[in-house]
Amino acid sequence: MRYPGADRDAVSNVSLQIEPGAVTVLLGPSGCGKSTLLRTVNRLVIPASGRVLLDEVDNAGIDPVELRRGTGYVIQAVGLFSHMTVAQNIAVVPSLLKWPRARIDARVDELLGLVGLDPARYRGRFPRELSGGEQQRVGVARAIAAEPAVLLMDEPFGAVDAIVRANLQQQMIHIKQRLRTTVLFVTHDVDEALILADRIVVMHAGKVEQQGAPVDILREPATPYVARLFALSDQTRRYDELRAALSSTELS
Amino acid sequence: MTYIMGHLGEIGDLTLQHMGLVAAGLFLAMVIALPLGVLAARNSHIGAPIFALTGVLYVIPSLALLAVAVRYIGLGWAPVILVLAAYAQFILVRNIATALTSVSPAQIDAARGLGMTARQQFFRVEIPLATPVLISGLRLATVALIAIATLGGYVGAGGLGDEIFLGLQRKYIEQTLAGSIPAALLAIILDALLRLAERSSRARVG
Repeated sequence: MRYPGADRDAVSNVSLQIEPGAVTVLLGPSGCGKSTLLRTVNRLVIPASGRVLLDEVDNAGIDPVELRRGTGYVIQAVGLFSHMTVAQNIAVVPSLLKWPRARIDARVDELLGLVGLDPARYRGRFPRELSGGEQQRVGVARAIAAEPAVLLMDEPFGAVDAIVRANLQQQMIHIKQRLRTTVLFVTHDVDEALILADRIVVMHAGKVEQQGAPVDILREPATPYVARLFALSDQTRRYDELRAALSSTELS
Repeated sequence: MTYIMGHLGEIGDLTLQHMGLVAAGLFLAMVIALPLGVLAARNSHIGAPIFALTGVLYVIPSLALLAVAVRYIGLGWAPVILVLAAYAQFILVRNIATALTSVSPAQIDAARGLGMTARQQFFRVEIPLATPVLISGLRLATVALIAIATLGGYVGAGGLGDEIFLGLQRKYIEQTLAGSIPAALLAIILDALLRLAERSSRARVG
């Protein structure tokens, strides 16, 4: 897969198996190909070669519109429809799927509760009346409204300040425990990856550097690049301190 | 004032006729401009020649354009409506293209990513979000066409131009005013109404 004017493929020679019901984080610097890879899943990007299999079915054979309605999609810029209320935004995919009105209304309230927004207060508001953090909560609610089998999140918490981001991450852990949806999450933030991931895929220059459980990557970085990337993280420092403390108690 | 007071009914009829010409011209203009504007917004290679062509139409004096139209389709309302539609292209096509390209890419990405078809994306997201800019283009075109439609008085299309040109021929200034004052009022009123519509749609779209 190569973009016009680029001197290398955005993503090349990547083979990944995504674990169902788990959160897989694609981690890497901007331009490493993680978003492109994510967008091949719902066919916003069509790979020049290679396949994306969803439950053994090649997604090239699935109608893109149907595929996307069954796949949640959250982006950094949120992209709430500014001419629609919060409730109408969340109801977009259920409406496209022609759910009955009553079921949609009930689902909207349920989702607002799930993302920590009082339905009575937020249902009728417009996106411009919400803070950045509240907007992205609605963005997440909109993405999971029709109970997608797969949830794609592209730097969803990248545009908000640190405190709001921490809140959203906690909310995400809560949602993940409740839903057990398969989540593919793109970020360049090592700490965020360590907080949310069941599995991490480290990418660099269009290729996969290492993939595995967070703790395995921390314990044994496969390449110097991975080691350098993780060395800068607070979570890594904490992990090292904890390990040092544990080994010293074992000794004594 | 005696002429105007004595011909209120006639002036009213001519005003309605005038509005009819402008409405028909605008309708035909929109039917042509909408696909052209969408095309120009989607593809800049097609956009550039479309803008150039509508620009050429725009700089031809409308009276000259009308003369050519009459030469080919004769007198009456038809050449006037055609000229109005041609003249409005420059304003409308450019405006429609700008309105559509100014819709935030994030909202378009979201619409696609959530599984809207191209048609749903266009009618449920792009058009509503582009509406304030579209109305402002419609306003500019409306005001311009109200003025140009007075040329209808030359070619037997009716409208307020009848009073203006008859008045000029007879050197009877009050009759000229009986055409030009309602035309000016019409332009001022429609401008104000469409400004209001633009403002309220902008508040809704945010």
